[in-house]
Amino acid sequence: MNNNDLNPEKSEDNPKFEFFDVTADTGYWAYGSTLEESFENAGLAMFDVMTDTNKVSHIIKKQFTIESEDKVSLLYDWLEELLFRHDVDFMYFSSFNVNISPINKGYKLYAEVCGEEINSKVHERLNEVKAVTFHLMEVNDEKEYRVSGILDL
Amino acid sequence: MSMEKTLTKVRECVWELPTSYKKGMRVPGRIFLNDKSIKELEAGAIDQVANVACLPGIQKFSIGLPDIHFGYGFSIGGVGAFSARTGIISPGGVGFDINCGVRMLRTNLTEEEVRPKMKELIDTLFKNVPSGVGSKGQIKLQEGQIDEVLNNGAEWAVENGYGWDHDLEYLEENGKMEEARSEKVSEKAKKRGIPQLGSLGSGNHFLEVQKIEEIIDKDAARAFGVKKGEVAVLIHSGSRGCGHQVCSDYLRTMDKAYKRHKINIPDRQLACAPVDSDEAQDYFQAMAAAANYAWANRQMIVHWVRESFEQIFRKSAEDMEMNIIYDVAHNIAKKEIHEIKGRNTEVYVHRKGATRAFGPGRKEIPSAYKKIGQPVIIPGTMGTASYLLHGTQTAMEETFGSTAHGAGRKMSRAGAKREFKGEEVQKYLASIGIIVKATSMPIVAEESPGAYKDVDEVVKTAHDAKISKLVAKMVPLGVAKG
Repeated sequence: MNNNDLNPEKSEDNPKFEFFDVTADTGYWAYGSTLEESFENAGLAMFDVMTDTNKVSHIIKKQFTIESEDKVSLLYDWLEELLFRHDVDFMYFSSFNVNISPINKGYKLYAEVCGEEINSKVHERLNEVKAVTFHLMEVNDEKEYRVSGILDL
Repeated sequence: MSMEKTLTKVRECVWELPTSYKKGMRVPGRIFLNDKSIKELEAGAIDQVANVACLPGIQKFSIGLPDIHFGYGFSIGGVGAFSARTGIISPGGVGFDINCGVRMLRTNLTEEEVRPKMKELIDTLFKNVPSGVGSKGQIKLQEGQIDEVLNNGAEWAVENGYGWDHDLEYLEENGKMEEARSEKVSEKAKKRGIPQLGSLGSGNHFLEVQKIEEIIDKDAARAFGVKKGEVAVLIHSGSRGCGHQVCSDYLRTMDKAYKRHKINIPDRQLACAPVDSDEAQDYFQAMAAAANYAWANRQMIVHWVRESFEQIFRKSAEDMEMNIIYDVAHNIAKKEIHEIKGRNTEVYVHRKGATRAFGPGRKEIPSAYKKIGQPVIIPGTMGTASYLLHGTQTAMEETFGSTAHGAGRKMSRAGAKREFKGEEVQKYLASIGIIVKATSMPIVAEESPGAYKDVDEVVKTAHDAKISKLVAKMVPLGVAKG
């Protein structure tokens, strides 16, 4: 994968997610004991790039459903939808609950996400995520659940 | 693998990547680097030049400019021109931040006049130009107005009181791509675009007050209106969430399109469609609309920059001669006419992290600059110089009229944060006379000059390769970061 050094930023025993360095942007691995949990942690990782999610209260709840043709596209569409809602509703999210089920042509994801409106006094801005990319995007669901990808900053 | 063996030196600062490098290459690659940089070039970036050379209808060369580095699909600092008959259009050749670009504004103020008020000026610029992240912005567009912005670009902004009529003459495309069709832009992209119109953005985007430190080409400097010792302003911003969403939307479209059109691509991120397909034309029209959004955005910022100077210096912007020198896009695709094998040929030129550098005589250049070639603005980082150059005939012949766009990162953001502390960077810059104001200290650390490659070398290579020629050097006095 090019000459990007892989330095996980967080090295707890059972991290929900880890970041890896790429020259201009940031990469993430998100883990879970289920596919759903790994998707939820990918959402958390993306918002952790933007701000300290520990300081984001669960005041407002949003619900939505997305459908995609395969698991990788579902991950892309899921993160992209969160980014859209962040921009349009001026919100940071810190709690993610998803349910994924197979449908006729792919997968359906139902989400309940919680967060609050951005308050610059409470939420220090770390990075602006410009876009979700397909670069190195993977959904690994054999044995352990791990998803990864790169966020364009 | 030794790159010198893979690549053949064509002349000073120009290397050829032969079609034998990779199966499927339709044209050779051309990479513009000096002897030292070519040794340090990432293999991944060379592969990307080769991958682009495999796309249908590519003309002459797949090009890597002096700031080439690894990107998604196309390299950054990458150019590909595709036949308007047999070629393709690819969102991967433009990137997420459609029409990210740079605009340079001159003043007749001197460093001596401006420096004592620098802190006040930066504070005022910071206040008057919203960063637009997590804030609702100061513009309230009415329903439907976003379509006017997307279709008319900077012209919309001027008609609505942002700036002067003659500003438009000094913008690439006059700040409006005629091909734009707002109906090709999704509701999602419009919704992201509405609250962010008239905002700078974050990350590497900035507003910089500079002084002209050195004039290298007197005639060109006179034509462009820059004088040694005078103060200028550089604005670096793009199409915000609107353009990012357009790219995201059409990456999904193209991911299906290339399979449907049975195009063989070496990397999924080069997903593309034949020029005459609905998918390609829809993307091109939506991309043009997002580009117009960016020109409107920079036009509004110019207006607030002028107002800020008026507040601080108690003179009118006209009296301070705050004219636009030029505005360049560095993530964009354009339909242009270029000479190929002695014939004028219509091509879609994709410039990703690349600046148009049209040489003398091209009809697209403002008449005041026509004899010189278009201005090219290459920004550095917040602690280093930026440069003004002009386009050349060599660029027309070898790079489809393109040159480098900036320094490019050498250190990851996390790496920069491990290496630097925001407060210390800010203090150091203040000690060398550069005032920096940013929304947060981690951003200052990430954008630290040490995290970037040497812009001086990038510019020197572009100059030595003759794909643009140096006109003036600018150094920062103050920086506002989103």
